Amino acid sequence: MSPIPNAAQVATIAPAATPPHLLRNFCIIAHIDHGKSTLADRMLQLTGVVDERTMRAQYLDRMEIERERGITIKSQAVRMPWAVAEPGGGSQAYALNMIDTPGHVDFTYEVSRSLAACEGAVLLVDAAQGIEAQTLANLYLAMEQDLAIIPVLNKIDLPAAQPDRYAEEIAGLVGGDPEDVLRVSGKTGAGVAELLDRIVAEVPAPVGDADAAARAMIFDSVYDTYRGVVTYVRVVDGHLSPRERILMMSTRATHELLEIGVISPEAIPTQGLGVGEVGYLITGVKDVRHSKVGDTVTNQSKPAPQALAEYHDPKPMVYSGLYPIDGSDYPVLRDALDKLKLNDAALAYEPETSVALGFGFRVGFLGLLHLEIVRERLEREFDLDLISTAPNVVYTVTMEDRTVHQVTNPSEFPGGKISEVREPVVRATVLAPSEYIGAIMELCQSRRGELLGMDYLSPERVEMRYTLPLAEIVFDFFDQLKSRTKGYASLDYEPAGDQASDLVKVDVLLQGEQVDAFSAIVHKDKAYSYGVAMAGKLKELIPRQQFEVPIQAAVGSRVIARETVRAMRKDVLAKCYGGDITRKRKLLEKQKEGKKRMKTIGRVDVPQEAFIAALSTDSGKDDKAKK
Amino acid sequence: MPALPVGEAVPDDGSLPGWLADVPPAAPGLGLYLHVPFCRVRCGYCDFTTYTAAELGGGADQAGYATTASLEIALAARTLSSVGRARSLSTVFVGGGTPTMLPTSDLARMLATARDELGLDPDAEVTTEANPDSVDEAALERLAEAGFTRVSFGMQSAVRHVLATLDRTHDPDRVPQVVAWARRAGLAVSLDLIYGTPGETVEDWRRSVEAALETGVDHLSAYALVVEDGTRMAGQVRRGLLPAPDPDDQATKYELVDELASAAGLAWYEVSNWARPGAACRHNEAYWRGSDWWGVGPGAHSHVGTPQASVRWWNVKHPRPYAERLARHRTPAAGRELLDAASVALERTLLGVRVAEGLAVQSLAPGGRTAVAGLVADGLVDGAAAVRGRVVLTRRGRLLADAVVRALTA
Repeated sequence: MSPIPNAAQVATIAPAATPPHLLRNFCIIAHIDHGKSTLADRMLQLTGVVDERTMRAQYLDRMEIERERGITIKSQAVRMPWAVAEPGGGSQAYALNMIDTPGHVDFTYEVSRSLAACEGAVLLVDAAQGIEAQTLANLYLAMEQDLAIIPVLNKIDLPAAQPDRYAEEIAGLVGGDPEDVLRVSGKTGAGVAELLDRIVAEVPAPVGDADAAARAMIFDSVYDTYRGVVTYVRVVDGHLSPRERILMMSTRATHELLEIGVISPEAIPTQGLGVGEVGYLITGVKDVRHSKVGDTVTNQSKPAPQALAEYHDPKPMVYSGLYPIDGSDYPVLRDALDKLKLNDAALAYEPETSVALGFGFRVGFLGLLHLEIVRERLEREFDLDLISTAPNVVYTVTMEDRTVHQVTNPSEFPGGKISEVREPVVRATVLAPSEYIGAIMELCQSRRGELLGMDYLSPERVEMRYTLPLAEIVFDFFDQLKSRTKGYASLDYEPAGDQASDLVKVDVLLQGEQVDAFSAIVHKDKAYSYGVAMAGKLKELIPRQQFEVPIQAAVGSRVIARETVRAMRKDVLAKCYGGDITRKRKLLEKQKEGKKRMKTIGRVDVPQEAFIAALSTDSGKDDKAKK
Repeated sequence: MPALPVGEAVPDDGSLPGWLADVPPAAPGLGLYLHVPFCRVRCGYCDFTTYTAAELGGGADQAGYATTASLEIALAARTLSSVGRARSLSTVFVGGGTPTMLPTSDLARMLATARDELGLDPDAEVTTEANPDSVDEAALERLAEAGFTRVSFGMQSAVRHVLATLDRTHDPDRVPQVVAWARRAGLAVSLDLIYGTPGETVEDWRRSVEAALETGVDHLSAYALVVEDGTRMAGQVRRGLLPAPDPDDQATKYELVDELASAAGLAWYEVSNWARPGAACRHNEAYWRGSDWWGVGPGAHSHVGTPQASVRWWNVKHPRPYAERLARHRTPAAGRELLDAASVALERTLLGVRVAEGLAVQSLAPGGRTAVAGLVADGLVDGAAAVRGRVVLTRRGRLLADAVVRALTA
């Protein structure tokens, strides 16, 4: 008997008319590269939703960058039919909703909303690599929400696979027997049908009140050029129908429901969505900020008294200045950010000017990956050349007169009498082979980390938990971690409040003039090494001028490091080649043109390239190639 | 060899724009530069237009060169008179290459042609360059008899290892000898020196300058070595066989030559030139003052101007097409440029600031005038001269002359 339901069976699981006990909502928790998208492709094929011919590899990952990096940024949901043999003979069709989750730590909030839309989760682990820190973090989230967990080892076809070893590790984490860990290959399809059967058997059916006022949770929203914002929802209670007016409970905004439907795998309009169902809404709004992930949708004429969960806006954790290398590209950058914002509710920015870099924007990001993705999209999709300043976190500075400043840019760090500076901290989890414990401890200690605990997942693998200032992570922590553990360590972190720290602002002065782009907020103990490093770097980058240029690093009025660019002594062409004055004049014209491209700080001419080189981290550059 | 500038085409007959006829020249006098593109060996650092016998095929050989050059001198006379600019010559300068690779009689013949075609002022300055090892006493006497008044020897250095790095073959001990012969023949004498050669110490340089001054010459030129792209030396520097010249070292050496020359009674009159009173090279000065001059020979540059606009042109570089064009009564010019008032003004600043009499502050654009105070404050421009309305470079200012020009023309 085919597991693909026949026409009569399909009728029993029609969208808007499927009884909740025939629905299964699940997600896949997996690390980057552990094969989630390939497994999803195989499921789409096995359930007949996508045939071989129209199959595009990794169907769910739509954006170019996602495909290239092999990660999923935006989640989506696909409805798949699946028939399971009944104990008394015959078979029963079910509707399976696979909700794709973002895999990265920067998007924890989106992950938690995706998990909230499910009753079960497939824990997918590469049989050659074992579980990674980010997967572990998401697994904890899923277990906290009481999701049924189906542990699965993927890539069992690989020669390097060690399924027995990792089955034991996973069983130790989720409880149960190593034999219960399913073994599949997304590539060959082995074990995937069994997995679908297990989902039907083990994931609980959704429960809700069909007669109550409608309540649906938004777990994703995407901007589409043709349709406007497409909002993905999971209905908890009641029913949503086309043409009715809906109410967003956090903003109290109302919209007409122009279209409602399910994705299978393309959008299919339906007569609505009932209890436990997952699908999409289109209201004609143009900005994803009108459809906030985590918000509750209800019916305007019969509104629910209470939202499903308290909504909170995603809060930028990391800030960086983005400047066009060509100043005339500023309007292009502004338009590009406005466009990206339509599809990225977490992107926050405001105009900023820098003496050194001209006009740009201070942009807030959820984390470093988010920063990198946004920067890359700006450069690739909008053809911009950008300089991004060193990323920094948000500091809360309390003055002795009790006024409080939120500092997102070192240049805004207040002068005067400061009573306290607070910085965000994170709880970080590092998973690594146990032989690297020493190296990891050394790194975390040098980054002001505090060890919270350590557990062996197996004799060879260890989980280390630390509290770390976020500022210590945003620069090059991950690169350092990878290089000290030969790439074996994985990292996850989550916000864990803030702490008062002994932080100071280090300024860099060229001939006594402060250069805003080079200021940094660092721990008091690191001010000296930052100052020395930056002054040394600039000494190499700033061309000699007609006069001596002192480079100073200072905390307040105290100079902590000093270098000097010696005065240029000779700048004259001695000879005119047989009266070739044309050549000499053209050389002068070229020099004058070159001077125009320099930024002048006080009297010092600094080429744009010097700013770029001084602000980019060398290690970051190398790492890009490695990732 | 330096690439020729990119310019517009020159009419086949080499004729000049008619508007030159209506306006007086920017500066008095007319100069003639005669280029002799031959050397016995090619020096590793040199990027001037020059060829050794082995590099040249038939039709462009040394034997026929005086005849070919004389054709261009005749062309110069015709072209200049058609725009009313033919005057008797105030200066003639024969450079190279190595002019003394030609027989003295050839040099005398070219000078005679110039005298016939254009005329020569009674007090004209007539110079030839020479290598210390390519002339003897008799040759120098013959040059004086032919009308030459001045000789400039390519001494470069008094230190053997420096001369070897420069591929110079002469014996440094011969320099005082040839200077004495030239003076005995009644010629004014100048010596050329090069500083900043890889491996040259400051003491080496001091020895060279002292040796030059001890000969009693009344004119000295000192040029910083520039490693030009495409030269053999550039390749040696690129491959790490020779260190690149260090600008700080060159600055120290410039300061040293300026000190020693001044102490010996030779004052600077242009960034790279020192002379006793009255002994400055007038032909050289004409370049910096924007006078008219005609450059004869492969790769030679010419200039004819007015205070508002001017023409610069340059000849084809290789002796063979140069000779072929003249044989067909065509101009040997490869291209030219017409300078508008703004470019003329820029050049006036660029060139004028390099000489000791300086530049009138009034001749600068308002932005340049504003910059003078800052340049005085930085010690690049002489304050007392500025008060008198002249921009005159200090010693430090001479070393940073290009930066000063950028400030004055910003």
